[in-house]
Amino acid sequence: MAQNKHPLMAWIDARLPITSTFEKHMSKYYAPKNFNWWYVFGLLAMVVFANQILTGIWLTMSYVPSSEEAFASVEYIMRDVEFGWLLRYMHSTGASLFFLVVYLHMYRGVMYGSYQKPRELIWLFGMFVYLAMMAEGFMGYILPWGNMSFWGAQVIISLFGAIPYFGEAVQEWIRGDYLISGITLNRFFALHVVALPLVLIVLVVIHVLALHEVGSNNPDGIDIKKHMDERGVPLDGIPFHPYFTIGKLPAVSVFLMVFVGIIFFFPEGGGYFIEYANFEPADNLKTPEHIAPSWYFGAFYAMLRAVPSKGMGVIVMAGAIAILFILPWLDRSNVKSWRFKGMYSKVAIVSFGIAFAVLTWLGTQPATPGYTILARVMTVVYFLFFLAMPFYSKYEKTKPVPERIGE
Amino acid sequence: MTEGDVNKGRRRFLGATTAVVGAVGVVGVAVPFVKSWNPSEKAKAIGGPVKVDLSKIEEGALITEEWRGKPIYILKRSAAVIAGLNESGLKDRLLDPESNNTNQQPEYAHNETRSIASDVLIVEGVCTHLGCAPKMHYEVKPEPFDEKWSGGFFCPCHGSRFDLAGRVFKGVPAPSNLVVPKHQYDGSMVVIGEDGGVA
Repeated sequence: MAQNKHPLMAWIDARLPITSTFEKHMSKYYAPKNFNWWYVFGLLAMVVFANQILTGIWLTMSYVPSSEEAFASVEYIMRDVEFGWLLRYMHSTGASLFFLVVYLHMYRGVMYGSYQKPRELIWLFGMFVYLAMMAEGFMGYILPWGNMSFWGAQVIISLFGAIPYFGEAVQEWIRGDYLISGITLNRFFALHVVALPLVLIVLVVIHVLALHEVGSNNPDGIDIKKHMDERGVPLDGIPFHPYFTIGKLPAVSVFLMVFVGIIFFFPEGGGYFIEYANFEPADNLKTPEHIAPSWYFGAFYAMLRAVPSKGMGVIVMAGAIAILFILPWLDRSNVKSWRFKGMYSKVAIVSFGIAFAVLTWLGTQPATPGYTILARVMTVVYFLFFLAMPFYSKYEKTKPVPERIGE
Repeated sequence: MTEGDVNKGRRRFLGATTAVVGAVGVVGVAVPFVKSWNPSEKAKAIGGPVKVDLSKIEEGALITEEWRGKPIYILKRSAAVIAGLNESGLKDRLLDPESNNTNQQPEYAHNETRSIASDVLIVEGVCTHLGCAPKMHYEVKPEPFDEKWSGGFFCPCHGSRFDLAGRVFKGVPAPSNLVVPKHQYDGSMVVIGEDGGVA
């Protein structure tokens, strides 16, 4: 390769490490050969992130961040700006699909133990990405200044009221006013379009750098770096580029078909992607009949409501997010993938997935007594997965992990 | 001392003091950024007191005024309602029937009716759970959310219930009674957001 290098490339490489960087992260980054379709979601998250940035910049060109004009400017984008409706639906659908693919990406990590040593920092920075995404999603939801935007923000900012003594002052500080007003809208706009995207980009870069330092896990949880050939290339690895970049194109195509299918045929996602109450302008004196968060916060919202005490509810909800961060240190299994873990882990991982899905759905529904009981049961299942993990993962009988992939 | 000699203690001291001075600088610079998030002078001015004429409110009627963007409920209660507030059957179901949580009302509203004039209830229409606006159900009749309903406020968001003095029921998500804002009377007018510093 090196001797065939174009003189211009050689000139640049002597000044800027283009070729070596490309090799390190793409053509000579060796990924395990047994990647399955679960491994596409990280790439899809990147695709959606790019979509959010691009459509977001274009929306900013027509959106007016003021309490008087925000709602009307969104309608202006939808009706008068050429292809404005498409840009907005790409952005709103992208937000929902971003969370969907990230949830699947995270669940893959849980199934195959991708958070285990030595990948703790990948998981940790992935969680920071998730946290930043939640803030980004929440603040983005305020911007159309519909009635659900307003009341959703009201509920979320009220959570800070649970802080003893300083609660009221913290809320005033976040809002910049005695109520959620144009002042709040303006600062959330700044955070949504400038601050948080910058944070997200930095975190994603760190997430990927940490991954490329230790290498990708795989569905068997086999360490491919244990068996190298004489050039130091893992025997069970194949170059990320072109094999996975090109190999994943069909999956990306299928995803994009689903994406445009939603944009063209179900842009509101049945009231889950864009809630119907948000077609009314924000009104601080009129609470919508039923306040539901965007579906992707449903699980945490359901846990908040399941606890009949405000302070404890907030603690449970925050704990549900915080406990994800320490997952790498809760798993004491001697194997990574659930394929080789025992029955307890398999049952726990599946029930965790079901509990999260059911809670997500419950969070979008009105709180009836029956649903509240169900939410409490599912909250217990959710926490048991984590809190019991140090025990079941340590004492259960695991299967031996093969030395090589495909053995 | 030769050229290559390094005084490690001195180097550590200089490094540490530089870091400390730098940290103080960072905190100092952070102050304007943090403070700029506080309510501005304009926001404070808009949040000034509101004057309401009570003479036109009929018995059993609720009017909603706005103060600092919060709905302020002003309700004129009948004598029967006022008497009902003191019934033990109701009080037993309340979390804080004697309004002992003094954060929820000024001292002059710390009484049986949680008000200055016994017939006029003035509370913020903001659920103490997560800030939704509870709806009034004034009549004494079984409601889908409460078989033994004796009139009060019901929050549609998460099902919190309050009686007609804004006192919270037991077993609902809201942790405390509805807030009575500071206010004072001026003839038949009431000024919300100002009490001459009594409280």
